[in-house]
Amino acid sequence: MNYSNLLRIALRALIRNKLRAFLTMLGIIIGVASVIAMLAIGEGSKQKIRKQISSMGSNMVMVMPNFQRRGGVSLGSSSSMALKYSDVVALRADASDVSAVSPEVRASGQVIYSNQNTQTTIYGVSEEYLSIKKLEVISGRTFNANEVKNMSKVCILGQTVIENLFGAGADPIGLSIRIKNLPFTVIGTLKDKGESGMGQDEDDLIIAPYTTVQRRLAAIDYINGIYASAISEEKSPAALAEVEEILRRTHKIKESGENDFRVMSQSELLNTVSSITDVMTYLLGAIAGISLLVGGIGIMNIMFVSVTERTREIGLRMSIGGRGKDILKQFLAESIILSILGGVMGVIFGYLLARLAGSLMSTPAIVKTQSVVLAFAVCFIIGVFFGWYPARKAANLNPIDALRYE
Amino acid sequence: MNDIIIEIQGLRKDYHVGEVTVHALRGVDMKIQKGEFVAIMGASGSGKSTMLNILGCLDQPTHGDYLLDGINVKSMNKDAVAKLRNQKLGFVFQAYNLLARTTALENVELPLFYNPKIRSKERKEAALRALEAVGLSDRMHHMPNQLSGGQQQRVAIARSLVNDPVLILADEPTGNLDTRTSFEIMELFQELNEKGRTIVYVTHELDIARFATRNVMFKDGKISRENMVTERLNAREILKTLPVEAIEEFD
Repeated sequence: MNYSNLLRIALRALIRNKLRAFLTMLGIIIGVASVIAMLAIGEGSKQKIRKQISSMGSNMVMVMPNFQRRGGVSLGSSSSMALKYSDVVALRADASDVSAVSPEVRASGQVIYSNQNTQTTIYGVSEEYLSIKKLEVISGRTFNANEVKNMSKVCILGQTVIENLFGAGADPIGLSIRIKNLPFTVIGTLKDKGESGMGQDEDDLIIAPYTTVQRRLAAIDYINGIYASAISEEKSPAALAEVEEILRRTHKIKESGENDFRVMSQSELLNTVSSITDVMTYLLGAIAGISLLVGGIGIMNIMFVSVTERTREIGLRMSIGGRGKDILKQFLAESIILSILGGVMGVIFGYLLARLAGSLMSTPAIVKTQSVVLAFAVCFIIGVFFGWYPARKAANLNPIDALRYE
Repeated sequence: MNDIIIEIQGLRKDYHVGEVTVHALRGVDMKIQKGEFVAIMGASGSGKSTMLNILGCLDQPTHGDYLLDGINVKSMNKDAVAKLRNQKLGFVFQAYNLLARTTALENVELPLFYNPKIRSKERKEAALRALEAVGLSDRMHHMPNQLSGGQQQRVAIARSLVNDPVLILADEPTGNLDTRTSFEIMELFQELNEKGRTIVYVTHELDIARFATRNVMFKDGKISRENMVTERLNAREILKTLPVEAIEEFD
């Protein structure tokens, strides 16, 4: 019997019991739909988080002072004085896989303009900082090397600060504001960046030359962190290693000594977050996979009923020349059609479900071709696997007994 | 060409039911020539059904040889036997065994689906010819439940004819039919036999057996009597004498 006839006969047998076939497929439909939807939501949130992380900066390498411990008590990292501006100089001079380096000095305090005031963080940085952190000046200008050298009291404002001090849409360029009672001239404004992945407002900041912040606002001689850009994403791990090596050297840390700083890279962070969301996605997928398994068992169940019901037909087919493998193929075709058809409907249904869930959670749901192919492959395997045993039973019937079956 | 279609020697068949061995056939010798019309008779338990199953290659004998059209069936494997059934044999059952919700034409086509050498066009033509031979070409698109018992049995006979078999085997073909319809079926069989078909059928009704050319009587697993039918009945003649019933079939 050729395959088109096989297909036709199997289809007809299914059409004879439309409702039953549909209910059997429903198990597969729900299973596939939930797998597709779960994977799509997982993939969507993964990409959303990845996007947020990459918007943080370009191939960023971050250096933070390590946690300080005194007598077993952690003092936190910001209290550490481990990093100095000399580290930045060393990195600029020696690190070949790094394209830009900027120190970061943080101070927080009250900012006043006329009768308005707000509490915010002032980041003291060098000119390179904007490109490293993918910050964009939309009006005005950024400060220059001279202003850094002279500890000029100039600043660039984030959108939230502008809103708080001047009201939305105002143009503060050239105006003078008071940061911790020191007058600063606003020379630029930053393009708004929205919320970070952790729900932090990334526009609530003021940027000023690190010299100004370090001496005039924070009054410290160390820096809080170093930000650098690796020359490319591929070079990110190399840059990380290089930065660590250079800093160990400048900090004179012995071979066995522990670092007094931590180096992190954006790609590392990306990988960590990706692997976490991957695990979550697989977990969700596996749970959904269980319902697919249950659907498969449903197919097996109904195939057994079908074989029993059609025992006489099987006997007849055998008596007119149907071989065991012809009968096997006929029933296998039926179960495979059931599962594949269920798979098709499941993919469509799952896609709609993912879209719906995506719009409700404001996370894009991304149905990857891979997961669709996977769903079909799994459906085919389910069809063969769960159809095999009933089909085998049919093929092994004794034609004489089958013909007499009541 | 070999004129002997069936040759059986020393055929035995034992069944094991639990620890008891049932001797269904205890040594049967039989020859059937091409063009014969044989009725196998016997009480239930006489071994006639077992005989028919073995003749139809649905069952294998325990001992003895069975040559169908010169081929020894005993040495063949399952798939080869299935092929043999497909190409050399036609079956007619007491309960018709038509596929439900499948048209007469498709029911008749069915054996040819299992013959990979036959194309779909040839298949349809052969099925139409077979339906014509049983006088049902106007009913080819009817489902079995739209046909009377007699018509269903005719479709089944058409199905047995479609592969042009060397032998048609019928197991109580008139068992589910009334007298008049039974005679109509026997008329069809006689007609096919006249055209040269070899037919073997099982019956326990004496008058049905008298349409055959030869009767073989089974008793306790052996042939107890074998005779040529002397006063053979002609179904067509008998049908003329029967009163025509007003409602004999429905459309």
